Amino acid sequence: MSIYDFGLTKQQQEKKEEFKEFVDREIVPVAGRFDAMEEMPQSMIQKLIDRGYWGAELPLEYGGAGMDHITYGLFNEEIGRGCANVRNMIGVQGMFSTAILRWGSEEQRKQWLPRVSSGELIAAFALTEPEIGSDAKNIHTTARQEGSGYIINGRKKWISFGGNADVFVLFAKVDGQVSAFIVERNTPGFTCKPITGLLGFRGSMLAELCLEECRVPAGNLVGQVGFGLALVANHGLAHGRYSTAWGAVGLAQACLDACLDYAGQRMQFGAYLKDHQLIQQMIADMVTNIMAARLLCLRAGQLREQGDEKALLETSVAKNFSANMAFKAANDAVQIHGANGCGSEYPVQRYMRDAKIMEIVEGSTQIQEIIIAGSAFRNVRDRK
Amino acid sequence: MKIKEKVRSFLGEHVNGKEFDDTDNIFEKGLVNSLFAMNLVTFVEREFAVAIDNADLDLNNFKDVNAITTFVERKLA
Repeated sequence: MSIYDFGLTKQQQEKKEEFKEFVDREIVPVAGRFDAMEEMPQSMIQKLIDRGYWGAELPLEYGGAGMDHITYGLFNEEIGRGCANVRNMIGVQGMFSTAILRWGSEEQRKQWLPRVSSGELIAAFALTEPEIGSDAKNIHTTARQEGSGYIINGRKKWISFGGNADVFVLFAKVDGQVSAFIVERNTPGFTCKPITGLLGFRGSMLAELCLEECRVPAGNLVGQVGFGLALVANHGLAHGRYSTAWGAVGLAQACLDACLDYAGQRMQFGAYLKDHQLIQQMIADMVTNIMAARLLCLRAGQLREQGDEKALLETSVAKNFSANMAFKAANDAVQIHGANGCGSEYPVQRYMRDAKIMEIVEGSTQIQEIIIAGSAFRNVRDRK
Repeated sequence: MKIKEKVRSFLGEHVNGKEFDDTDNIFEKGLVNSLFAMNLVTFVEREFAVAIDNADLDLNNFKDVNAITTFVERKLA
């Protein structure tokens, strides 16, 4: 039932086993508590740092773990199997750090990346606002140049780890052009309000950020004015999609594991659930979809590793398919568990709530579909 | 194929069949979608074996066929 022989090196297989063991021991037992308490304790972050998993996506020269794209994907799958919030946190760190790595200046890379990869700083990605989600080019937050810096005003909402991040890559318009800035939490005029009572990702420390006359040095502009969305944000989002795609595979695998276990123990009408064919159908769908999603993720990882321009599109395809199939797997997992699936004794209700969020974050299902269909129509034209 | 022809051909694949000439600003004319800039950067780096970094981020380097061609020629010089 595994397809990990598909092109994985011996080293990648060994890392996969190492991640699995770490997740089973350190994450699976506590994931339900993060969800219930709506928190991400520093002790969890410390465990990731101690294992050298923080800064997983960054090269060694910036203090990162130097994982290749496939290994990083396997890491996200395993973490996602244990806890969607921890996976989201790892993905968000990568959205910040890869955006700075790709489009920051050498000074910015040296100033920020080692501090992020060491765990000294927790990072977050502040794009969405109370009135603006997918339509990112119309954000309302502004930055005006004044003296040797920029003054930022505006509000950001639904920011994962906004509640505990020390530093943000934050998007604001300069003269109407979306631009990216590094903003520290301790900037005067910066305040933050936690968002609680969420459907899923409840341990992701979501927050609303308020910036009132926040002054940042001119050296905190990432890239150039006007390239904030087209290159900086999109680079971070592509990373987030890749992480989410793998995390969704992991979440679906957790659903499958839970169902295989439950269906082998639970007896109804004088037979185990696993012997009921309508249950078998749902299990078969999960197995098939997980295999397909994993292949799409591996393919996206290969393209990212090669720096192929098709990586962008195929990461969208992988994210879209994985998130949708994870929600279906979780929905079926709750169904198979019946009333038990709705209670807090079993994790499948948490899986379902978290899977729904994965269909929305880092570009909703509909945004991915627009990207995918747009590419398909362009290809048709090219063939003519 | 010359640099300009390669650039033209690449842009042609991304403008959804719309007509454009070598001085049409592809961004201002709305010829491309929001992910195009990333694809363009990847294309230029791979096709011409040049590195694009944050100092190169000037719309005047990327706005039309002529600008991209000049940018690549300068990078290769």
